Amino acid sequence: MIVAVKGVTKRFRDVVALDGVGFTLRENTIYGLLGRNGAGKTTLMQILTGQQVATAGTVEVFGERPYENDAVLARTCFVREAQRYPDDYRVKHALRAGALLFPHWDEAFAQSLVDEFRLPRSRAIKKLSRGMLSALGVVIGLASRAPLTLFDEPYLGLDAAARQLFYDRLLADYAEHPRTVVLSTHLIDEVADLVEHVLVIDQGRLIVDEETDRLRGQVVLATGPADAVRAFAAPRTVLHQTTVGPVARFTLRGEVDAEARAEAERLGVTVAPVSLQQLVVSLTTGAAGSATPKETTP
Amino acid sequence: MDEGRPIFVQIAEEIENAIIDGTLPEESQVPSTNELAAFHRINPATAAKGINQLVADGILYKKRGIGMFVSPGAQVKLRDRRREQFADRYLRPLLVEARKLGLSTAEVKAMIDTWENQ
Repeated sequence: MIVAVKGVTKRFRDVVALDGVGFTLRENTIYGLLGRNGAGKTTLMQILTGQQVATAGTVEVFGERPYENDAVLARTCFVREAQRYPDDYRVKHALRAGALLFPHWDEAFAQSLVDEFRLPRSRAIKKLSRGMLSALGVVIGLASRAPLTLFDEPYLGLDAAARQLFYDRLLADYAEHPRTVVLSTHLIDEVADLVEHVLVIDQGRLIVDEETDRLRGQVVLATGPADAVRAFAAPRTVLHQTTVGPVARFTLRGEVDAEARAEAERLGVTVAPVSLQQLVVSLTTGAAGSATPKETTP
Repeated sequence: MDEGRPIFVQIAEEIENAIIDGTLPEESQVPSTNELAAFHRINPATAAKGINQLVADGILYKKRGIGMFVSPGAQVKLRDRRREQFADRYLRPLLVEARKLGLSTAEVKAMIDTWENQ
């Protein structure tokens, strides 16, 4: 375990950004940190990387508190969506800074990524396009090989080809040099097969902390005659429902085992899987204050 | 990869299919976890889980320091298992649909015969 977060709450004046969040992160695992805008993802990553201090609760990264702790921060790389660089910096300066900052930095890897992402080495950073700025963050995040690397929406302005390049290089380099990666993203379908474990934050609370494979089976779409769907849904949590004439479609939470499948077949209800993205959407849609109950995981 | 079913199950099934149809002969080497991960764009741990399931089933075996290989007898073993599952996986949905359309079992049998003779 390299990160242990217990009962973390963060308040900004009268706004509660994080509300009693607790989880652990294992070594050498890719995590997806998912949730809507304003859910508290960035605040959480700032606390993990010592850029914010929790109002309450404890945070341990590599067994120590991250705030103003150089030993922890040297092993942590946080690629922010709005990364600031000194005014006179050029691309090559940012790379040089990365080489100095991160003990596991791989210069050859950094240079090959710069070529692949077609980054102009001598261009002033403030003259980079949005996509190039994101690419620079991705290059630094990958080449840092930091044992804990966090990407906060690293894809803004990146086209589909560049995003695919990012995912491919991340996977290949992760396979050779395992580390813990936290990917915060709204493009859930793009990373669904990359992330081994999913954390979902909604309105400051952690509502899912689950292996991706196990989570997949836990939300299903049940479609069929309305009465039959209602009967099938009875022992389950209904996340969403729509009806068209006599046909109903319910989004349901709850494991569907072989017995349940047989029951669905008998009732004439079709049970279909939902994508990870649809699953997260259905868990995080709803009015303020009506967040779904906290996931009970060991 | 398709939604819903765990990806490691799909990886295991894909290797099983290659063994059944002879693409991966017995005693041949199976792609590594990292190769599978890169090819399918999935997490290496997920690919490893699929491989490990096949090792636990005795379909693959490990040669230390070299990699994973197809066990002797794996093809027959897999074919037998798939035959056992055939009725549940293929006949059941066929007959459910037939019933919905008002087709009798005899009519379905006749259709299979006609299909085969085409």
